[in-house]
Amino acid sequence: MLSKIATPVIAIIIFLGLWELLVWANGWPNFKMASPSDLPPAFWKYKELFLTMGWQTLWRTVVGLIIAVIFGTAIGMIIGFSRIARDALYPLLIGFNAIPKATLVPVISLLFIGQHDFNTILMAFMISFFPIAVSVGIGLSTLEPEYRDILRALGASRYTIFMKIALPKTLPEFFGALKVSATLAFIGTNLVEIVSPHGRGLGALFKSGETNGDYPLMFAVLIALAFLGIVLYYAVIFLERIFAGWADREAS
Amino acid sequence: MPEGTFAAVVGPSGCGKSTLTRLVAGLMTPDEGEVWLHGARVKGPRNTVGMAFQNPVLLEWRTILDNVILPLEIVAPRMPRADREKRAMELLEMVGLVGFENKRPSELSGGMRQRASLCRSLVHKPEVLIMDEPFGALDAFTREDLWQTMRDLRDAEPFTAVLITHDLRESVFLGDQVIVLSGRPARTQFVMDVDLPKDRTLDVLFTPKAADMLHILRDQIKIAQGREVEAH
Ligand SMILES: Nc1ncnc2c1ncn2[C@@H]1O[C@H](COP(=O)(O)OP(=O)(O)O)[C@@H](O)[C@H]1O
Ligand SMILES: [Mg+2]
Repeated sequence: MLSKIATPVIAIIIFLGLWELLVWANGWPNFKMASPSDLPPAFWKYKELFLTMGWQTLWRTVVGLIIAVIFGTAIGMIIGFSRIARDALYPLLIGFNAIPKATLVPVISLLFIGQHDFNTILMAFMISFFPIAVSVGIGLSTLEPEYRDILRALGASRYTIFMKIALPKTLPEFFGALKVSATLAFIGTNLVEIVSPHGRGLGALFKSGETNGDYPLMFAVLIALAFLGIVLYYAVIFLERIFAGWADREAS
Repeated sequence: MPEGTFAAVVGPSGCGKSTLTRLVAGLMTPDEGEVWLHGARVKGPRNTVGMAFQNPVLLEWRTILDNVILPLEIVAPRMPRADREKRAMELLEMVGLVGFENKRPSELSGGMRQRASLCRSLVHKPEVLIMDEPFGALDAFTREDLWQTMRDLRDAEPFTAVLITHDLRESVFLGDQVIVLSGRPARTQFVMDVDLPKDRTLDVLFTPKAADMLHILRDQIKIAQGREVEAH
């Protein structure tokens, strides 16, 4: 247990040490590359901003992700259960997913002028629902027929079969996708915050650091983003343990 | 097939044995003809049927006990939990799985999983048990163990059984009747009544009588396969 926490902490300390060493050895000034020792002062100076903007980034990401889970699961169920829907929707989904989302920022900013929270959530959602839809779809369509038959032979309804068998069986794949989606949703939020700055979120803070030439602030934002990303990721792992812990086969 | 008998069905690979089980279970409707079971026409799934497959298809997120209980949740939704557990434990005891009821399927061996799967297919006291090569994936010794378990289960609770198998010894040991199907499309090619003692042990397979039966069945299978070859 102790080593489970100590190992990553030591790894992070080594990483920061190497970073510091790199900046020091090259004699890089602050406007080229900030070093870890510059970061605490930057955090301290803007601590209120970090808290409020970090929270803005976090809640918008999480809301976007929740919508992605609902929508992605629904799409996944449709393509998982219906061959026709699968043939019809797959090309559309793949095409949509292939569009670089940065190009959509101006489009949605124009469509929904001034709706900053909405735009940000929309982007977080759009960028992150695809893995969920695909994994749920594949999980359902590859369910071995015998699994369905053990309940179908007893006259169980489709809904019962879905709740008792198909849904739990796809949970491990679902959580695998959710880990990817959580990171993607985060990227979506920051994309809007940076490309279309509106004074909210860590992305906006990053942008203001750039405008003012405050390089330690910019790096501090990156670290804060990394930290939030890790928090979100582990939150997903926590949920996975609760709902799909059975899939975790411990080597005994 | 008379009620209460145990029919073992053998036939060439791909002749439609699995299809037959799905028709009897009501999972499929025939394009032509009708399926009749216990005096009623089969039009769809009925909860008086139990099914077992080559793959035990246990749900990994449930304990063995909860896996066995599963059919009761569909067939008897109002049955109290305690009664369900009691019924499931009764069967687990018969197949020698007491002590494993709270384990996950992944913690059990292949033979134990198949035992649990048999318990699940019998927990709601089905009138008909339909098995599609349930012992096919097991090693020879485990398979023979399970034959005996199957025979014990039948002694304890009466049910009509249809067993698809590709093991002639299995068909003779477990069946009251062995049905040989021809190549696709399958017809009933040959029916043999197994007049061996009801309480048979594995030794019976080494008697001359059993050897004769196995011989006849062997020849019938050859004929069934030959027909398939000619058709090509
Ligand atoms: N009487 C039949 N009519 C139509 N298709 C059949 C028939 N019998 C078998 N088939 C087809 O042949 C294939 C193999 O059948 P299956 O039941 O899996 O054979 P087995 O279990 O004996 O190996 C399946 O695709 C099935 O649909
Ligand atoms: Mg088959």
